[in-house]
Amino acid sequence: MNTASLIIAEVPYWGQSLLRVLGGLVAVLLPAGTIVYLFLFKMMSFMQSRLGPMEAGPYGSMQLFAEVGKWLQKEDIYPARADKFIFKLAPLIVLASTFLLVVVVPFGPDAWFTNFEAGIFYALAVSSVSVLGILIAGWSSANKYSLLGGLRAAGQLIAYELPMVLAVIGVVIQAGTMNLQGIVLAQNSGSMFGFDGLGNPYVLTQFVGFVIFMISVQAELTQAPFDMPVAESELVSGYMTEYSGFRFLIFFIGEFATAGVFAMIASVLFLGGWAVPFSWFGWTTMDSVDNWMNFAGPLILFTKMMVIMFLVMWVRFSYPRLREDQLQRFAWKVLIPISLVNIMLTAILKVAF
Amino acid sequence: MFASELLIAQNIGFFIIAALMVVGALRVVTTSNVVHAALWLVVVLAGAAAQYVLLAAEFVAVTQVLVYIGAVMVLFLFGTMLTRARIGAESDLNNKNWFVGLPVALTLLAAMLIALRDGFGNEKLPADAPLVSTQVLSDQIFGPYLLPFWALSFVLLAAVIGAIVLARRD
Repeated sequence: MNTASLIIAEVPYWGQSLLRVLGGLVAVLLPAGTIVYLFLFKMMSFMQSRLGPMEAGPYGSMQLFAEVGKWLQKEDIYPARADKFIFKLAPLIVLASTFLLVVVVPFGPDAWFTNFEAGIFYALAVSSVSVLGILIAGWSSANKYSLLGGLRAAGQLIAYELPMVLAVIGVVIQAGTMNLQGIVLAQNSGSMFGFDGLGNPYVLTQFVGFVIFMISVQAELTQAPFDMPVAESELVSGYMTEYSGFRFLIFFIGEFATAGVFAMIASVLFLGGWAVPFSWFGWTTMDSVDNWMNFAGPLILFTKMMVIMFLVMWVRFSYPRLREDQLQRFAWKVLIPISLVNIMLTAILKVAF
Repeated sequence: MFASELLIAQNIGFFIIAALMVVGALRVVTTSNVVHAALWLVVVLAGAAAQYVLLAAEFVAVTQVLVYIGAVMVLFLFGTMLTRARIGAESDLNNKNWFVGLPVALTLLAAMLIALRDGFGNEKLPADAPLVSTQVLSDQIFGPYLLPFWALSFVLLAAVIGAIVLARRD
């Protein structure tokens, strides 16, 4: 606890800010690159009985740099009748929402960007800002397919934000706090029926909430089977149709970086976050956690993120797309009632025990 | 007021954000494109959230972003894009009764100023006020302010039911 804070205290404010910006870039771009290469390039290829990229670097591991180089060289074009300023603004709003999201994720006992009191509530709020970017991207492209894609995305993201918030409420009730560090502490210092060898990861005690949260994340990220907004057989590429070059790259990074950050938040909420069960090392409170967890914590969180991402991608590559009306019916008539019942049961059990 | 009292970080932040909000609010009513107006309104609402942060009211600020930017404005844009949202300037956004709005807006401003002045006068926020945690806030809402909270919930429920009744065709 103390050494790390002392090191930080000696760095001047501008230095801390610079470090935070660099840390944020790493925390956003590194998972995004890993996810794209490991899952989108390689796992999808293996599941479809092909090799995937093999030429750039060993096993195609440099493919992503080649792709980025290609995108950066492309001409910056926009449709003649587009609303130019808004057209250029839209991808930045989506990316900004991702960077705002990573700010609250805790990576270790002292390794966090900000320790927000209402952390998870803030995460849910800023993640909803990206809808705005997608909506105006679809509108400003002056293209019917783009507009339809943007409208579909908005309808879908509004519908699935509700079950997501409601699923998180179960966790918040059980942990008794909205602070993400508090939720990590509550899971790892807790016990299930008197057995504390595993702590109390909420994936076990809040399993219904976990399933609802993961389905909503899948829909929020517009991954198949919820990819109607970018349905390539109906809408070309939805709201991204008119984007190319660098602006498309921003949307692409935004999509997978948001996926990574959401996976981190899911592992903080349900898998215990950066920590291991505190009873393994005899820790009891946040202050008694050893300093090395500041270095091991990010790696543990990264591992848990990859597990969650594997599930998301597995579902993505396995299921066909839902129809628009099925999607809305599923959110409003199945997920929301179940999550309301889940909240009630959690509250009753919380008071009873 | 002395310069040293005025030139603290919070005040400077307040004035910058307030200026942005005023510009945004004026552009909402003067711009000639519906979607641009909605986006300027987003700037105003985000400015309000930023002011709440300056007042150390985290929870209210986050709620402002979640409800107004994430839900209300998205629905606004959704509605206008489904019905009438052309790209470029439109000439028929104003009608000839627009000046009736002016006295209404001025009366509203006066009423709010008087209410603020009556309610707080020259009181100052203590400079080292403790951060109000979300738990304290919820204890207040579900304790002393439970009845107004319920009343508001019933109003919202009535609005929801009314919307469903209006939207159903059978």
